[in-house]
Amino acid sequence: MASLDDLKKRIASVKSTQKITKAMKMVAAAKLRRAQESAEKGRPYSEKMNNVILNLSNGISDKENAPKLLSGTGQEKNHLCVVMTSDRGLCGGFNSNIIKKAKSYFVKILDEGKELKIITVGSKGNDQLKRVYGNKIIENISFKESKNANYFDADKVGKMVIEKFEAGEFDVCTIFYNQFKNVITQIPQAQQIIPLNNEGEKNSSDESYEFEPDEDEILNNLLPKNISTQIFKAMLENSASEQGSRMSAMDNATRNAGEMVDKLTIEYNRSRQAAITKELIEIISGAESL
Amino acid sequence: MSEEFKVEIVNPEKSFLVKDDVTEVVVPAFEGEMGILKDHISIISFLKPGIIKILSRSGNENYYVEDGIVEFKNNNLSILTSTIVNLADMDKSKQQILLKEAEEEANKTDISDQSKYLADQKVEVLKTLN
Repeated sequence: MASLDDLKKRIASVKSTQKITKAMKMVAAAKLRRAQESAEKGRPYSEKMNNVILNLSNGISDKENAPKLLSGTGQEKNHLCVVMTSDRGLCGGFNSNIIKKAKSYFVKILDEGKELKIITVGSKGNDQLKRVYGNKIIENISFKESKNANYFDADKVGKMVIEKFEAGEFDVCTIFYNQFKNVITQIPQAQQIIPLNNEGEKNSSDESYEFEPDEDEILNNLLPKNISTQIFKAMLENSASEQGSRMSAMDNATRNAGEMVDKLTIEYNRSRQAAITKELIEIISGAESL
Repeated sequence: MSEEFKVEIVNPEKSFLVKDDVTEVVVPAFEGEMGILKDHISIISFLKPGIIKILSRSGNENYYVEDGIVEFKNNNLSILTSTIVNLADMDKSKQQILLKEAEEEANKTDISDQSKYLADQKVEVLKTLN
């Protein structure tokens, strides 16, 4: 059995851990509110963008010559996966959930004998993926310097993706991120952004639009922007999810530390009591033998 | 209520402006300035650098934009843009910064004709603001 001193030290150490996790929880809660707000504020833009593109692609006259970003290159050989994770750890299952989702997708792709390329956004994803898929990772981006998700960063990723697409490096692009549902639930998502997957959400309105200039030109301008917008949306959702996940993880950790302190305190008191009893017995038996 | 319609400007970070007493909006569309009144036909177009003028019951407002998309449908005008500044908030120093950036971009030689044209437009618009 551990000595009294050891127990005392352990209690003190668990208590200080508890303090840290509690502080992290509160920081995460404050950040979460901001991240959630900006995720909600960012939604109208991506929704509207989607709507416009939907209207455009329905109205397009010549489906054969539709821009490649919309209709794809006609084959599905090379896959690019953009895996978006956080730059910091200690956020529960946040990163491993995305990675798990991505990995199962990778296995499927490779089983089908297709080429796989990976871009990781955020250093945690890179750390976890490079052991198994190190040779597939073609780029690793991290935005450690930027405090909040901003459009400028997303645009950088988007431009890179488009550049690679135009260079013919891949046919299909999928992004992986966590969708923020609420503080305890984040759903890992795989969203295909190239070619744009509009199946199943045909627009109900059959209203015809006037286009200026023509549809093709608008689409050509709009689609690259849409890529950046989708990535930005993913980044916003991700940052809200990250904080939510961290908050619940730290809440759990704080509670566990509390339980541990209670248990250790009982053990400490017991052994203190035992020591006192032992001393008393010694004194009494000592006095009796006189 | 007869001649008014609704305008909404959103940028990636937030919904920038919502107004429902607008009588006319002039946007710098790609093929020239375009005035939009109530009951305009549904239209989608995109913007080049320029000034958006919003005329409404509660006063007129001017915004500087660098790019964007306009969609008009059922008397709802949506403007999606990544860079927008209210001219009322635009002071000399801010303008100079934007102008400098635009000029730098316009002087690059390795860009496509279209982005060069857009950058030139930016410079032109920013200069006229003086």
